[in-house]
Amino acid sequence: MLRVDVSKRLGDFSIEASFASEGRVTGLFGASGAGKTSLINMIAGLLRPDRGVIAIDDETLDDTNARTHVAVHRRRIGYVFQDARLFPHLDVRQNLDYGRRMNGLAEDGAQRTRVTDLLDIGNLLDRRPGRLSGGERQRVALGRALLSQPRLLLLDEPLGSLDDERKEEILPYLVRLRDEAGIPMVYVSHDAAEMRQLATQIVMLQRGRITAFGGAEVLPTALARA
Amino acid sequence: MEWTAILLSLRVATVATLVATPLGIAVAWLLARREFWGKSVADAAIHLPLVLPPVVTGYLLLLTFGRRGAVGAWLADHLGIVFAFRWTGAALACGIMSFPLLVRPIRLSIEAVDRRLEQAAGTLGAAPWRVFLTVTLPLALPGVLAGMVLGFAKAIGEFGATITFVSNIPGETQTISSAIYSLIQTPDGDAAALRLVVVSIVIAMAALVASEWFARRALRRLHGN
Repeated sequence: MLRVDVSKRLGDFSIEASFASEGRVTGLFGASGAGKTSLINMIAGLLRPDRGVIAIDDETLDDTNARTHVAVHRRRIGYVFQDARLFPHLDVRQNLDYGRRMNGLAEDGAQRTRVTDLLDIGNLLDRRPGRLSGGERQRVALGRALLSQPRLLLLDEPLGSLDDERKEEILPYLVRLRDEAGIPMVYVSHDAAEMRQLATQIVMLQRGRITAFGGAEVLPTALARA
Repeated sequence: MEWTAILLSLRVATVATLVATPLGIAVAWLLARREFWGKSVADAAIHLPLVLPPVVTGYLLLLTFGRRGAVGAWLADHLGIVFAFRWTGAALACGIMSFPLLVRPIRLSIEAVDRRLEQAAGTLGAAPWRVFLTVTLPLALPGVLAGMVLGFAKAIGEFGATITFVSNIPGETQTISSAIYSLIQTPDGDAAALRLVVVSIVIAMAALVASEWFARRALRRLHGN
């Protein structure tokens, strides 16, 4: 269970958000500029809330009253960025291995094979990120986050920088990930169709405030039916 | 005399560069990535040797690190380290004189490293110092090598601060530059001075070619495949 109750001022924009989600995939839905990225950056620990609490299960990650702030690298929260952010000086294999090394986890060939099979990236292992397509890069970024064995996976518009064809290429992997990896996810998107396909619980965000919370029924349907 | 001076210069410049590099990386990182009180003063202090007359820097070194200088006396009494009129003093002078040239390219290359990659490394469980060692430093490597080569070239050619601080003692503190200076003032020294001039040019050229080669290799490693 993920519990978020925070407020944060960023210039003349402010975020006030409070929700608790049990869902396998919590969808953060809203137009660009609604504060989605700031909100998951707070969950990741990249941004510090001005006030409030962030907790996973019964572990508190942020609590401004108790002056608790767990550092990013100690949160065990995976993050797939819109722009992949693969390390350009490492090949795919080393990128995938990075989280395991940094967390001091034992080498687990079976786990790596499972993830590379799930994402179909086994044939890319010796390549440098500079030689990958956008879709391949995003799949490797997913695998890299998964292999750090996070307890929560944040995905910030992972399809946002891809064209429609590439989106169709990645979406099935995300569905498989949801159904097979067993890691709760927070999925950020402004695309209602993506949300409908992936999210089990939806948090609707508008100008820094939560305007709706619930199942797929809170998504705007007019466009989809038109 | 000529070989002694050449070997001494190489030793002085190598030691100066190797000792200054880790320090230079630390300073460059602080200037590139941290905000702290007095940062602009620190930045100016590092660049001071570049704009001060070298004689002034040498004299300040003599006052500070000389046998009776505040730091020099303490180091000599407690650690047995003596800089005055020793080759180690020449290395210290060269290190300080070349420090701004060493730091600048490193700082620029650290500033150029995409901070979003550092954030990504953090989310994968890397503590800040490991982020630095596994992401920032490897990506800034071309700048580090460029800084080292520039610093080395400057250290090899340093004259004013060195001769002021540690004088011009053959076999101990007489580098290529001070040897040329002595030879020019000696009757019949011209031929030997010219040979040293040629050696200086060769070393400087080799350093430039090496830096170019390192930078290209590093770039290919970073952005190619």
